[in-house]
Amino acid sequence: MTDFGFKLSKSSTIDLSRVELDRFEELCRQEPGAKVCIGCGSCTASCPAGRLSGMSVRKVLLGLQRGQKVNDMLQCCMLCGKCTMVCPRGINTRNLILTICRIYD
Amino acid sequence: MHDNIVIIGGGIAGMEAAKALLALGHTPILIESAPTLGGHVGRWHKLFPDLTSARELVARLRSEIVGANIFLGTQVISMNRLADGYSLKLSNGIVINASALLISTGFKLFEADRKEEYGYGVYDRVITNADLEDWFSGADDARIPQQPQTVGFVHCVGSRDLKACNGQCSKVCCATAIKQAIEIKERFPFARVYCFYMDLRLFGKKYEDFYVNAQRDYAVQFIRGRVSEVSETIDGHLQVKAEDTLSGKPLKMQLDLLVLMAGVVRNTAVQELTSMAGLETDSDGFLRSRDNEYAVVESGQPGIFYAGACTGPKTVPETIAEARSAALSIHAYLKTL
Repeated sequence: MTDFGFKLSKSSTIDLSRVELDRFEELCRQEPGAKVCIGCGSCTASCPAGRLSGMSVRKVLLGLQRGQKVNDMLQCCMLCGKCTMVCPRGINTRNLILTICRIYD
Repeated sequence: MHDNIVIIGGGIAGMEAAKALLALGHTPILIESAPTLGGHVGRWHKLFPDLTSARELVARLRSEIVGANIFLGTQVISMNRLADGYSLKLSNGIVINASALLISTGFKLFEADRKEEYGYGVYDRVITNADLEDWFSGADDARIPQQPQTVGFVHCVGSRDLKACNGQCSKVCCATAIKQAIEIKERFPFARVYCFYMDLRLFGKKYEDFYVNAQRDYAVQFIRGRVSEVSETIDGHLQVKAEDTLSGKPLKMQLDLLVLMAGVVRNTAVQELTSMAGLETDSDGFLRSRDNEYAVVESGQPGIFYAGACTGPKTVPETIAEARSAALSIHAYLKTL
């Protein structure tokens, strides 16, 4: 093949119609709080691991609904529970994180 | 007793309803537990979106209801149902038999010290929206620096917050924060002003213009992230932490002044009154209307009506419209007796 000096980039578009949501639906069954996040970022702002590792519960929850493989960042979670304390929607983030790790293993 | 109308609560809802009932030929009895009329609006400095004077509105309403019987510093201490009305005993010993009651007992501002992580009452430079209005009106406040360089506003303090047992949106704080941010910029043109929000809810007439105005003409910065905690630095500044959710990064910054937008919560001071009257509470904790779409000013009890924020957070024009609507409903109800 002739080398023209450039290559095609992979599309960065999220194709929602191709995103598999079975596991997310299972997550919602096991932890209904996953459905009520408003993305305020309180969890990330209070997260002691996030400052160093970039881990963010908000990003994980959004990413899973957009078909992105983001759950690896939860490895940095220390289960300290600060995010559970600050969540205005009362989401049990500790259970959410553990359930994500189980389902998306 | 015939056709006595008692209005409980002398904020703008009760005052406007009294004015409308006077115009319809009635002589309402207005009962207010505080020593002055005007309620929350009477304490406010200016109203959004046209920055009109709140005190002038209250003064005008007061001058228009001189024909009503007004009891200040008075509370209802007991209430009995009669065959065709209600018998009320007031704290000044007077007993009134009324054919119709209007509940206009309003709301309470969220007690900001309950959100301990924001440090109200703990740190020297944290105030509430109401404190700022007092200061705008001329009251001294040692917590406000002479020349603040950076000022932050936290939206949704005690609103949309299940941890504060107050899940509903307070409706008026987004526009109030923008109003107060503009007023701060007018007094301190060189200050940097930041609003920390979860969602900006600028639904009303000209509110969006107000928002653009704050961005374009006053350079107010909007950060989409809820403040998670506030602490004090060794030199007396405040450090706030939030996630800047639009860039996806944790954010921290130092501020000279932080204003908490305390939300609208149900008025627990009238719980006894409402239970004596057999009034129900809706799932949001506010009083339940007979129908939330069609009959907001009617309660489930015959002859008892609502106006204003006792049924949920409301803006000033909404409250005024409801008060007039309630007055008309009372007028029509009395004709059926």
